[in-house]
Amino acid sequence: MAALGNVALIAGRELKAYRRSPLGAIVVSGMLLMSGILFYIFGLSADRLLSAEVLRQFFYNASGPLMIACPLLSMRLVAEERQTGTLTLLNTSPVTDAQIVLGKFLSALCVITLATLLTAYMPALIFVNGKVSVGHILVGYLGLLLLGSAAMSIGLFASTLARSQVVAVVITALILGPLVTLWLLAKVTDPPLNTFLGALSLHHENFKPFMDGVLRLDAVAYYLAVTVFFLLAATKVLEARRWR
Amino acid sequence: MIQIRGLYKYYGPSRAIGPLDVEVQAGQVVGLLGENGAGKTTTLRILACDLLPSAGQVAVDGFDVVDHPDEVRARVGYLPDKPPLYPEMTVREFLVFAARLKRVSKQDAPRRVAEVAEQTGIGARLDQVIGTLSHGFQQRVGIAQAIVHRPKFVVLDEPISGLDPRQIVEMRHLIRGLAGDHTVLISSHILSEISQTCDRLLVIRDGVIVADDSEAAIVNRTLGGMRLSLLVGGLDISALRALLEELDGLELGELGKEGAGVRAQVRTASDQRARIARKVVEAGAELLELGRSEHELESVFMRLAEGSAYAEKRPDGRDGGAR
Repeated sequence: MAALGNVALIAGRELKAYRRSPLGAIVVSGMLLMSGILFYIFGLSADRLLSAEVLRQFFYNASGPLMIACPLLSMRLVAEERQTGTLTLLNTSPVTDAQIVLGKFLSALCVITLATLLTAYMPALIFVNGKVSVGHILVGYLGLLLLGSAAMSIGLFASTLARSQVVAVVITALILGPLVTLWLLAKVTDPPLNTFLGALSLHHENFKPFMDGVLRLDAVAYYLAVTVFFLLAATKVLEARRWR
Repeated sequence: MIQIRGLYKYYGPSRAIGPLDVEVQAGQVVGLLGENGAGKTTTLRILACDLLPSAGQVAVDGFDVVDHPDEVRARVGYLPDKPPLYPEMTVREFLVFAARLKRVSKQDAPRRVAEVAEQTGIGARLDQVIGTLSHGFQQRVGIAQAIVHRPKFVVLDEPISGLDPRQIVEMRHLIRGLAGDHTVLISSHILSEISQTCDRLLVIRDGVIVADDSEAAIVNRTLGGMRLSLLVGGLDISALRALLEELDGLELGELGKEGAGVRAQVRTASDQRARIARKVVEAGAELLELGRSEHELESVFMRLAEGSAYAEKRPDGRDGGAR
């Protein structure tokens, strides 16, 4: 119980910090604006498309701004605390590194979840002239949230490595970029390597089912595994810093 | 009680501290004194569980910093050299957050925050945003967060650094006020800053404790006595010289005019201030000032920092404090 309390305490403080700093509002607004423009161009203004195809296109387009927003929201989580010296307060309080990481992760996940849910008016617009299954919408959003969760954990890991927020963004990009584009490499390699690379890809192979409204457990497990892996790595980095 | 035995800390191949052996008893106010880079902050960070030692044992109330860090953290309040404050929070929000982090219950936190705010003199600033506070008040908020969970031990890293003279005096009062409820360990690189606050001084050089005693004992042993400075009115230089030469055990230093009086520097083997004062008054002169020489503490610190022999044998035959 005490552990959960510590996580909630840290997450609560982080959420307040997002609310008070312009960064959170700017990133969320930017993400919504980009998603809206992309939805208008590729969903609403395109040639006649089936409603399900418009929805599919929406989830595809929303995933890009989401992956850009995640590093921008996560960059400050640890790097800023180290820069300003406030990490010492957490380090010298009776809270574990895992609780610090989890608290920070959950706060950022809350922000990106809120931002993602604010795009719900776009799928709702489809109902004006068409019809899509609610299940498709729910599965698509689950995919977006899992993708956001994985990208956010990578960003948080990068933030534990760097003292500067800019460096944290660069490190995130250096991890996210190859992970997202692994499917391109999979296309030009032979079996079984292409299957392996495709299965590791953060976006294409694993995100497609969600775009189509298909809930595949292996894809869910993949995103959860990536999230847990990078959260563990972030915890280990914090622990290792005490031994420096 | 804080027990440090055979403590070493390495940053890569370079030794920051060690071997370090110190015991601090409950209720003491102990000053850790050393030049920049001597190992003060590293020692304090290990005590606060912000860093882990490379070798050796550090225990607080019997709990080892490596094996039971959370127990140690619950017993130690730490103020680093730069107070760990979130500038966008109000003082109240921040202190409640710090209290909750340090296991103060949700019900008790507001009451405890009000108590420490009163104790540290920030009661009127509780609803002010931390980023808008002056350096002195930020330092007070830093101390408040360090004591909000009623720790047995309070570790303050250069709490007086960067304060103006008035704030320094207020901070000294504040730190002395902590002494009743807490065991306090303060670091500084300026002897005069902490000499008035501490019961005991630990002088650290190159990561090793080179002196461990009260200020008076360290000064006496290092300088071979006390250096006193007195300002006397109503006598000229030669008359004051003659007067002081009548006193046994005084080694006369420089004498010179200063304002309406004559300033004299003397060196004594033991504290002769009462005898000197009596002699001057009995001679019908005006004793305008009598005290330890301003340069005495700097001189002691310079000697210790340079590594001159403090580690002489004590009169009782024990080692002089060098380890």
